[in-house]
Order: sequence, then C-alpha cells, then structure tokens
Amino acid sequence: MRNTLAIWQREMKSYFVSPIAYVVLTVFLFLSGFFFYSILTAVIQSTMMQSQFGPGSQPVDVPGIVSRSFFGTTSVVLLFMIPMLTMGLFAEEKRRGTMELLLTSPVSILQVMMGKYLASLTFLVLMFLGSGITFSSLFIFGHPEWKTVLGGYLGLLLYGCALLALGLFISTLTENQIVSVVITFGTILVLWLIESFSSGATGVAKDVLDYLSVIGHLDDFIKGVIDTSHVIYYVTFALMGLFLTYRSLESLRWKS
Amino acid sequence: MIEVEHLTKVYNGRKAVEDISFRVEKGEILGFLGPNGAGKTTTMRILTCYMPATEGTARVAGYDVFEESLEVRKRIGYLPENPPLYHEMTVYSYLDFVARIKGTPPSKRKSHIDDVMQRTNIGDVRGRVIGRLSKGYKQRVGVAQALLNNPEVLVLDEPTIGLDPKQIFEVRSLIKHLAGDHTVILSTHILPEVSMTCNRVVIINNGKVVAMDTPEGLANQMKGAERVALLVDGPAEAVREKLLAVEGVLDVKAEGIDGSPSKVTVECRLNTDLRRTLAAAVVNQGWGLLELRGISVSLEDVFINLITKEE
Repeated sequence: MRNTLAIWQREMKSYFVSPIAYVVLTVFLFLSGFFFYSILTAVIQSTMMQSQFGPGSQPVDVPGIVSRSFFGTTSVVLLFMIPMLTMGLFAEEKRRGTMELLLTSPVSILQVMMGKYLASLTFLVLMFLGSGITFSSLFIFGHPEWKTVLGGYLGLLLYGCALLALGLFISTLTENQIVSVVITFGTILVLWLIESFSSGATGVAKDVLDYLSVIGHLDDFIKGVIDTSHVIYYVTFALMGLFLTYRSLESLRWKS
Repeated sequence: MIEVEHLTKVYNGRKAVEDISFRVEKGEILGFLGPNGAGKTTTMRILTCYMPATEGTARVAGYDVFEESLEVRKRIGYLPENPPLYHEMTVYSYLDFVARIKGTPPSKRKSHIDDVMQRTNIGDVRGRVIGRLSKGYKQRVGVAQALLNNPEVLVLDEPTIGLDPKQIFEVRSLIKHLAGDHTVILSTHILPEVSMTCNRVVIINNGKVVAMDTPEGLANQMKGAERVALLVDGPAEAVREKLLAVEGVLDVKAEGIDGSPSKVTVECRLNTDLRRTLAAAVVNQGWGLLELRGISVSLEDVFINLITKEE
C-alpha cells in the first residue's frame, strides 16, 4: 500500500510538471463547456418554438435532454483524451531506463501498476470535477433528476476505468509515447465503431457486436438506469486490461 | 555474500553470458573487467533481479535472485549503466521517491537523504531539476540513489563514466570507503580503476570468465618470467655473452651502437632475483652500470593478453 502510494504520488506530480496535464485539462474543459453551452441553447430554442406553436403541447424536460446529450458528447471527447493520460505511463519509464529502477526495487509489479492506474484515474476524476462545475449550473436554474446525473457520471467513470486500463496495457508495449497514444486511440475507436457494424449484422453476430461496443453500454447509465450487466461489462473490461498489463510487465523481465 | 554458479544467459540464440561462476565475500570490492559487450551488464542485471538467467543460480546474501527476488531487491543498491533518473523531478524529490519505494521509514528519510547527498557531494543541487544537471551530477545522483537505504550489496555498472578527473577520484574513494560495511561489485573498462579500488578482479570476455584473482596476483600470473632491464656502458655483444653466463639467466637481448651505452633486457628464471648478481657481473668487467630495474607487468598487459588470446 505504501509503495503504491509512493508511485501514485510521483505519477501525479509528473502529470502536473509536464504540459500534458494542463493541455488535456484545458482542452477537455473548453470542449465540455462549449458543448454544454451549445446543447443548452439548442434545447431552449426548440422548446420556445414548440411553445409558440401550441400552448397545449407536452411539457419538455429541458435538464433531462441537456444532461443526456451532454454525457453523450463527453464520452466522445474522452475517447480522444484518455489515450493521452495513459500514453506515457510505462512507455516513458521504458525509454528513460527508470523501468530498471522500478523492477530492481523492492516493489511488486502489482504495486507499480496500481499506483499508475490510480493516478490516471485520479486525473480523470479531476477532469469530471471540472466539467461538473459547468454542469451544476443546471441545478441553479432547473431541477434535473439526481439519478440521471449520478448515473451519467457513474457510467462515464466506469467507461473511463475500462479505457484507462486498456491504455495502460498498450503503454507497456512500446517505449514511444506517440506509438502508444495512436494504438490506444485506434483500438478504442474500433471498439466504439463496432456499434455501427452491428446494425448490418443479424442474429447472434449482432448480439455479440452489440455487447462488445464500448459506447453502447453507456446509454442506460445516461438515462439514469444502473443495470448490473453494464457495470459488469466495464469492470470486466478494466480487469482484463489490468491483467494484460500485469502479464506484459512480467514478461518484460523475460524479454529484456 | 554473493555466490554465482554456472550462470548462462541466452539472448535470441546468442550466449551473452556463458557458465560464469564466482563468489564475493562480505565487505569485498569485486571489479568486473571486460571490453564492451563482454557480458558485464547482463551479469549485473541478473544479480539485481532485473532479468532471469537461462541456466545456473545466483544467490545474494543467501537468497536466490529468482526464487526470493524480493528479499534480494531489499538488500541491493543498483546503479545501471544509464542512471535511472526522472528528468522532470528535483534531485531531492527524486531521492525521496527512491527512499520511499526502498522502504526507508518516514522518520529517518530526511536525514538519510541528506547523508547520502553529502557523501556523493550533490548537496548544492538538491533543489535543481535533474534534466538540467550536467552529466557528472546526473551520474552522482545515480550513485546516491544506489546508496539509499544502506544496502548490504552495491552493484555499480560503470560508476565513474562521464565524470571529470576530480569527481572520478571522489567517487573511487567513496567506493573504497564503502567496502567493509558493504559488498561492492563494480564494472568498468578502465584498468587503473580496478587496481586502485578492487580487492579482486574478474575479467570476462565474450561472456566467459577468462581470469579471476587479485590485481597483483593477475599481474604475477602473467609474468611467466622475471625480467630485468639494464643500461650498461660497454659493447653490446660482450655484455650479452657475459650476462648469459650468469646462473639462472634464460635469455639476454642487448642492443647498442659502439660508443653509446647498450640497452639490455635479461630474462631470468621465475621467482629468482638476480639483480645483485647481474650488477656484480657488469661492474666486475669494468663496465659502467648506468641503470638497473625490474620490469613489472601491468594490468593492462594482462588484460590485452587475455582478451587477445581468447580471440
């Protein structure tokens, strides 16, 4: 535990002395602020038009629509941001030769891996807190449903856990950050696009493709429904990524 | 303290290290000498649990490097060939991190780091970012890192590389001071370094141990015969004949032009000291004895000899 904490702290410090943290945080906050604003104005405009046409029409759930679209777009923005959080975690250690220090110190591979994984996860939570400030303005001017908001953030967090584990694994495979970021991004994109392939498929193939889609499992969370099957999907995904990372780190000893 | 038995490491079908065995006693400094690519780094990496051996065993402080890797890693300080530094960190925060993962208790950490910084003479850059330091400082931060948590065994891969002469001297005397409390293995391809700092030398070439002894022992081993050089004020041919007649002399080479002193090299049987007899023989003939000295074999000769013999 103490070792994991030491690794975690070093990793957090190194995020914030390199420009990566600031760039990722700034771009993410700018994009989520921008999308929040444009979604909000679009929804407000359409409700105003609706009320002009017929006073007897159904009341529109503005906060609900806004939060759903907001979480949807955030998941897309994260697709680009997450590879940048994980790209250097092991690739940089390998390039600088500090992997030799970590592997010859009395720390276990598991401690090193968890320290780094938790650091990237902490950073993701910081990003969510930042975007949460923008989002909380909905609570000032309206009454969004707590469940939807919590469900959305929980979904995004699980989605983040899964993708960070994948990125962590890919980072162990190379000493080059650029290679790491590109492969991670490509892999996530494939997992994301599976959904569009599934529309053309039928039967079991469709079920399998639907299940694999990393984004499909997010829909229910965004609607405020917490379905254990989706939780299990993301948790399994994350554990799988961590398991592969562990194995890959172990094999470094044999290959080096 | 360190026992290495029949160690072999195969890399992509090539044997980087082949059947190496040696022992290092507690408090000793062992020098690992060999040309680049001889297998020094590979052996050190196996000892520090960075990679496993293909065959053979290695034990550090009684623990097997493969089976009880964690126990070994707790007792070892390692300076790899390229010092493992986080360039964005300051010297102090880097050492603090290393002390933490090596398990130095929080209450002792600060004084311990200060002590190590003082011993490696890097106290003046404690707040500087490592990436901006000169090569010499970086190397010494690497040495400092290896000393943290007072390891019983120190494995230093070319510790003086990149340092200026004064710093080399400081690091060497630091290493010498470490002996006794610590057991040290250091690799180098600088020959004087070995004779200056080490109790024993292992020379490896192409992954095999070609010699193992004390620096003096190695030099003696290589001699084969005692040699004496003389400068005699007399005709070369006559001097040669006279000296050949001396009991115990195996061969005499003499060269000199008439009128100038002759340069003479005498080869004598091993373990005999004929300097007095030779001097008497020269003087009795009425020639002037201008110079007389025993020729010793340097480690350099041994090294070159061993390495070239192998190839």
